[in-house]
Amino acid sequence: MRKVAIVGVGCTEFGELWDKSFRDLFVKAGADAVFDAGIQAKEIEAMYIGNMSGGRFIGQEHIGALVADYSGLANRHIPSTHVEAACASGGLALRQAIIAVGSGCHDIVIAGGVEKMTDVSVDETTDVLAAAADREGEGIMGATFPGLYALIAQRHMFEFGTTREQLASVAVKNHHNATMNPKAQFRSEITVDMVLKSVMVADPLHILDCSPITDGAAAVVVVPADQAKKYTDTPVYVKALSQASGSLALHDRPSVTTIDATVAAAKGAYKMAGLGPKDISFAEVHDCFTIAEICAIEDLGFTPKGIGGKFTEEGCTAIGGKIPINTSGGLKAKGHPVGATGIAQAIEAVLQFRGEAGKRQLDDPKYALTQNVGGSGATVAVHIFGRDK
Amino acid sequence: MNIGIVSYGAYIPQYRIKTEEIAKVWGANAKSIIDGLMVFEKSVPDMDEDTITISVEAARSAISRAKIDPKDIGAIYVGSESHPYAVKPSGTIVGEAIGAGPENLTVADFEFACKAGTAAIQACMGLVRSGMIKLGVAIGSDVSQGAPGDALEYTAAAGGVAYVIGSKDLAAEIEDTYSYTTDTPDFWRREGMPYPEHGGRFTGEPGYFKHITSAANGLMQKLGTKPEDYDYAIFHQPNGKFPTKVAKTLGFTPLQIKPGLVVPRLGNTYSGSCMMGLAATLDIAKPGDRIFMTAFGSGAGSDAFSITVKDGIDEIRCGAPSVEELLADPIYVDYATYARHKNKIKL
Amino acid sequence: MSVPRFWRRLKNIYNLIGTQCTRCKSFYYPPRSLCPECRRESKIVPFRFSGSGEVFSYTIVHTGAKDFEKLTPYVLALIRLDEGPMMTSQVICPSEKVHIGMKVRMVFRKLGEESEKGMIYYGTKFVPERIKKSAGGEKIING
Repeated sequence: MRKVAIVGVGCTEFGELWDKSFRDLFVKAGADAVFDAGIQAKEIEAMYIGNMSGGRFIGQEHIGALVADYSGLANRHIPSTHVEAACASGGLALRQAIIAVGSGCHDIVIAGGVEKMTDVSVDETTDVLAAAADREGEGIMGATFPGLYALIAQRHMFEFGTTREQLASVAVKNHHNATMNPKAQFRSEITVDMVLKSVMVADPLHILDCSPITDGAAAVVVVPADQAKKYTDTPVYVKALSQASGSLALHDRPSVTTIDATVAAAKGAYKMAGLGPKDISFAEVHDCFTIAEICAIEDLGFTPKGIGGKFTEEGCTAIGGKIPINTSGGLKAKGHPVGATGIAQAIEAVLQFRGEAGKRQLDDPKYALTQNVGGSGATVAVHIFGRDK
Repeated sequence: MNIGIVSYGAYIPQYRIKTEEIAKVWGANAKSIIDGLMVFEKSVPDMDEDTITISVEAARSAISRAKIDPKDIGAIYVGSESHPYAVKPSGTIVGEAIGAGPENLTVADFEFACKAGTAAIQACMGLVRSGMIKLGVAIGSDVSQGAPGDALEYTAAAGGVAYVIGSKDLAAEIEDTYSYTTDTPDFWRREGMPYPEHGGRFTGEPGYFKHITSAANGLMQKLGTKPEDYDYAIFHQPNGKFPTKVAKTLGFTPLQIKPGLVVPRLGNTYSGSCMMGLAATLDIAKPGDRIFMTAFGSGAGSDAFSITVKDGIDEIRCGAPSVEELLADPIYVDYATYARHKNKIKL
Repeated sequence: MSVPRFWRRLKNIYNLIGTQCTRCKSFYYPPRSLCPECRRESKIVPFRFSGSGEVFSYTIVHTGAKDFEKLTPYVLALIRLDEGPMMTSQVICPSEKVHIGMKVRMVFRKLGEESEKGMIYYGTKFVPERIKKSAGGEKIING
């Protein structure tokens, strides 16, 4: 497979965007990405769009066609494909785009992600998200997403002594990072105390341990690495792509405290890139809940199993720490428009490599890893990016 | 052919509310209510319990107590005045949940106020005696409703009991049954209404007392027995006062009715009422003991039973929780929680 | 959940009937028609679990799932059945009492309802195992 690069990015602000529709969001993100790459829309050869549930959020299926059409490309008749894997929809759309270009099938492909979550009530949204779990084995018993991740957290606390304060420190760090991200949903500092005093959702997860409901869209332009310099002086190269599936239900997983699909996807990615966890300069991981980030940094190999809480509490994952995690603010503070998240993670990597990350800019990063998870861990997409070809 | 009780099982939800707590809400005098009704507390169902879940638990208890093969069950009748569906039988759900049927199984739901369960026992007796079935399950189970602020609210409780009726391996033989039935509208609930209506003091003499004494005397006359011939007696228990009074009228002593008088600590489980008292009595009875039971259902009617305990009782006694074990370790709730559990707060 | 969809599974949910692959002796609850170990050589038969198990993890859900709002706070748990498989269920127990390792047994409860007019869903939840304290030490009560 030939090497591939990202040469353009576009991302809307993330938040409760009452006056922006689903269509408004993806058109903005797509247009910004195309402009950033310096290409004409008519040069786009294919699109892959990550979206978890247009069907239930806005009563709309057939998302691939909708996005191509409203991007003004109906009469270009390009292939446009909707990709779904719950919260990993964006990461999978990115992977499909990379494969489409890497295989030689296309030379300019858009990978986008979009989710409009606030047009329905919070109760309805929660139920839509619950469809990412096992409806027949988990949903019917009253399992919510916070509930499932809380089961992971309780077991993590039992097996490794992880504390509530350590969970909270993930949220505190990500909120701090988001104060430096103008597109983030939440841009204020919080404290461990505030997290622990916030409303309990599912013990031990408080509302401030949980990522929010968010509207947003993001898009990237993917081209062959050999052609990348035609478009930009600062292409970001895809060093590895990897995707793994696992048990849908938490109760079927070999270990409740390890997302084995993350381990598998990471292994594939490190092998493909010829790198190890120590080589990664920074990572955007899937912190849908604080415990998810703790498990992610363990399962990705940045710290041994069980030490994720301590590692975070000691500042190892802060900007300036051993391995900065979620400099964008993560899902927790940047926001989590489900289908867009996987793309937004890649965009943060691009901004860091380009030196465009503003106040949260890291010093001379070399390799970045993104990890996008679907449901409680049944799908994981891991990508590794690098500054150099 | 001897027919009788092969096994039995009871279920009582773990929550209770005290009479004082209810009285406090309505500004009533708790002491006089307790004195008048002889009920100190009543059982309250959990949010996810209803007549069907209670019936299943009671039936499962009866099945496991005597290690019954559910495929031998030929009939299941659930008697209640709080069936969750107005149309769709509780009995089929019980059948599925205990592994009975689908072949050779007849099911129907019964209603006759508080004596629906004993009517079900009688039906099973007939089917067994005629040879039509091997075993029949008769269940009396309720999540009774009393309107907020009404007298019934102090006693309307939740619970259920299942009896497996057969002709072999009897724990207790039912020698005979006799019923007395009239059209007496002392208590009713119209379709679609959430709470029952009752005739106040009219429910006493023309209702409860007339029917129980007629049925009881009718049976004793038929069998040529007298109250002294029995070791234990159980009468329908809408409160503690009525059964105590009717026992005395008929010539039974307070000692005879004591083990079966559970209402002061449980409340009135309506279709489960007498059957719970019988279960509590069977829990402690010895082979050879004789038990006299008379149920009452508003509307109105009474079913009387004369029972002799057999050796089989000792074999099955420890196979399932006793009524005392079910009454132990209750969790007390306040009126607000009680109202929430009983769906009294309309959302 | 629609009527036919629930009806298809009600035997399994009422009585904790899953499946077993008799070739490799693995147990599955919820039931699986294909054994992941044996695959095309699976020999799948129905299996009725004893209903006894232990709490592997639990949480107290304060913000309930859709149709479960009235039950909050409720205990959601991962239950390791004695025979091996793990399942997700609720444990009916005061929240201070539930703990990892607690022995539980199955009970029959309402899982929910479609609506006030709609079907009522029944199924299995768990309660702490009944422990009887006696002179000879604690023992589990049958039934």
